[in-house]
Amino acid sequence: MSELMIDQTQRILTLTLNRPAARNALNNALLEQIAQTLESAQKDESVGAVVITGNERFFAAGADLKEMASRDMPATLNDPRPQLWARIERFNKPLLAAVNGYALGAGCELAMLCDITLAGDNARFGLPEITLGIMPGAGGTQRLIRSVGKALAYRMVLTGEAITAQQAQQAGLVAEVCPATLTLEYTQKLAARIAQHAPLALQAAKTALRQAHELSLSQGLQHERQLFTLLAATEDRQEGIAAFLEKRPAAFKGR
Amino acid sequence: MNFILSDVQNGVMTLTLNRPERLNSFNDEMHRQLAQVLTQAERDDTIRCLLITGAGRAFCAGQDLNDRNVDPTGAAPDLGASVENFYNPLIKRLAALPKPVIAAVNGVAAGAGATLALGCDMVIAARSVNFIMSFSKLGLVPDCGGTWFLPRLAGRARATGLALMGDKLSAEQAQQWGMIWQVVDDEALTDTARQLATHFASQPTFGLGLVKKALYASETNTLDAQLDLERDYQRLAGRSEDYREGVSAFLAKRPPVFQGK
Repeated sequence: MSELMIDQTQRILTLTLNRPAARNALNNALLEQIAQTLESAQKDESVGAVVITGNERFFAAGADLKEMASRDMPATLNDPRPQLWARIERFNKPLLAAVNGYALGAGCELAMLCDITLAGDNARFGLPEITLGIMPGAGGTQRLIRSVGKALAYRMVLTGEAITAQQAQQAGLVAEVCPATLTLEYTQKLAARIAQHAPLALQAAKTALRQAHELSLSQGLQHERQLFTLLAATEDRQEGIAAFLEKRPAAFKGR
Repeated sequence: MNFILSDVQNGVMTLTLNRPERLNSFNDEMHRQLAQVLTQAERDDTIRCLLITGAGRAFCAGQDLNDRNVDPTGAAPDLGASVENFYNPLIKRLAALPKPVIAAVNGVAAGAGATLALGCDMVIAARSVNFIMSFSKLGLVPDCGGTWFLPRLAGRARATGLALMGDKLSAEQAQQWGMIWQVVDDEALTDTARQLATHFASQPTFGLGLVKKALYASETNTLDAQLDLERDYQRLAGRSEDYREGVSAFLAKRPPVFQGK
C-alpha cells in the first residue's frame, strides 16, 4: 500500500499519511509525494481544498530519524528538505489538517503549515527535537511563536514537551477540538464549506493572510487592497454579489 | 504482598484495597499495584464496570502516615510528589475510564480515602460509615480531587465546612446532601453494590462512557460548548452497535443484548 493515500470526494482531496510502522514519520520520499500531489491539485480545477490527515494514533510523529542520522553537516547543508517544505508551502488552495494523536516534530510543523487545523481530543502537539540534540528545522520555531506567543513557544521548544489538543486550541494553534473519531469527517465538512466559495477569492484571501506574517501592517494593508481590487475584475465577484441580492445560491466558475 | 486484590466476573472488575491492618491506607507500593490493575481495567473491553471496595473494616484511611516520617528538624517533605505521581494520575484515570466506576464504601473513608470514594461515579455506602475530610486537621489540603469534587457534590457552603473543619460526615448525612448515591444496611452493602455493577456490565457501555465524559466536560464548558459536545457524542452514540440493538429490541419487543460497543 502507498505511503500517501489519496482520495477525492467531490471537490475535497484527502491525503492520508500511511506509514503506520514508522508512526507516519515524514521522510523525504513522503514529503516529495505530498509536494507533488499538491502541485497537481493546484492545477486541477476539480479540487477546491485539500485535507491532510494521519491515523487515529499518529498524525505524524516527526521526521525520519534514520534518514537524518546518516546526514553530516555538508549533507545537511545540501539537504533537499527545505525545498520540499517550500513546495508544500506554495500550495495556493485551502489546506486543512485533521490531527488525531501525535503531531510531533515535523508532524507538528506540517500541521502548523496548514491553513486550518482541527484536532481530535486525543491529539498532542510538540517539538521534541531538543531532546535529540537538535532543534526544529521546518518552521517549528517560527510558525509556533507566531500563533501561540512567546511563553508557550519557548516552553515547548526548550523543554520538548507536548501540549494537549485543548491547550493547543486555547493557544490558537488549533481551530477546533472534536472527538477523535469525528476529526476527519468534520475537517472534510469544513473543507467542503470553504470549497464552495469562489476559487479566486479563496486564493487571494489565503495569499493576503499569509502576507500578514511577512509584511508590516501598512504594507500588508496595501497588499490586501491590491488583491481586493484584483477580485473586482472577476466574473465570480459579479455572480457572488448578484446571487446574494437575488437570494439564490451562487454558481462560481473560477474566473 | 498483594495490596490490591482484583477479580473479574461477568464483566465486573472488583478491586479491593487490601491492607486491612492499616485500614487500607495508601503506601507507594499499593499505589503501584493499583495503577497496574487499572491498566487492565482500561485495556480489557470485556470489563464493563469497575467496583472499588476495601478489605476488612475500613474502606480506605487515605495516605499511610507511617510512610511519611517527617523529621521535625529536617528539610520539609515534598508531599506534592506523591500527589503528582500517584493520586492525581489515579483520579484522572478513573475519571477518564469509559465505564462506570462504583465505590462500595464498606467502612471508614478518611483523607484521600474519602475523596477517592467521592470521585467515583456511583457511591454506595454502608449505613455505619463515616467520611472524614481529615486533611485540614494536619494542616493539609484535601487532595485526590477533594477540593474539586466537594463543592460540586455538596455545594460551596457545605464543602467549605467539611474541608475546613475536617469532621466526620455520616453516610446518611452524605446521602441527604446528595453527595452519594445510596446508603444501605451494612450487611446489604456487598450484594447491593454487586447487583448494580452486574447491571452496568450488561448495559450499553460505549454510551455510558460518553455520558460520563459529557458530564465531566460540563463542569468547565459553556452551554454553547456543551451543546456542541452533545451533538458530537450523540452522533457517535448513534453509530454504536448497541444503539442499533436497543432500537431493534424495542421494535421487536424483546430485551436488548448489549455488547458495550
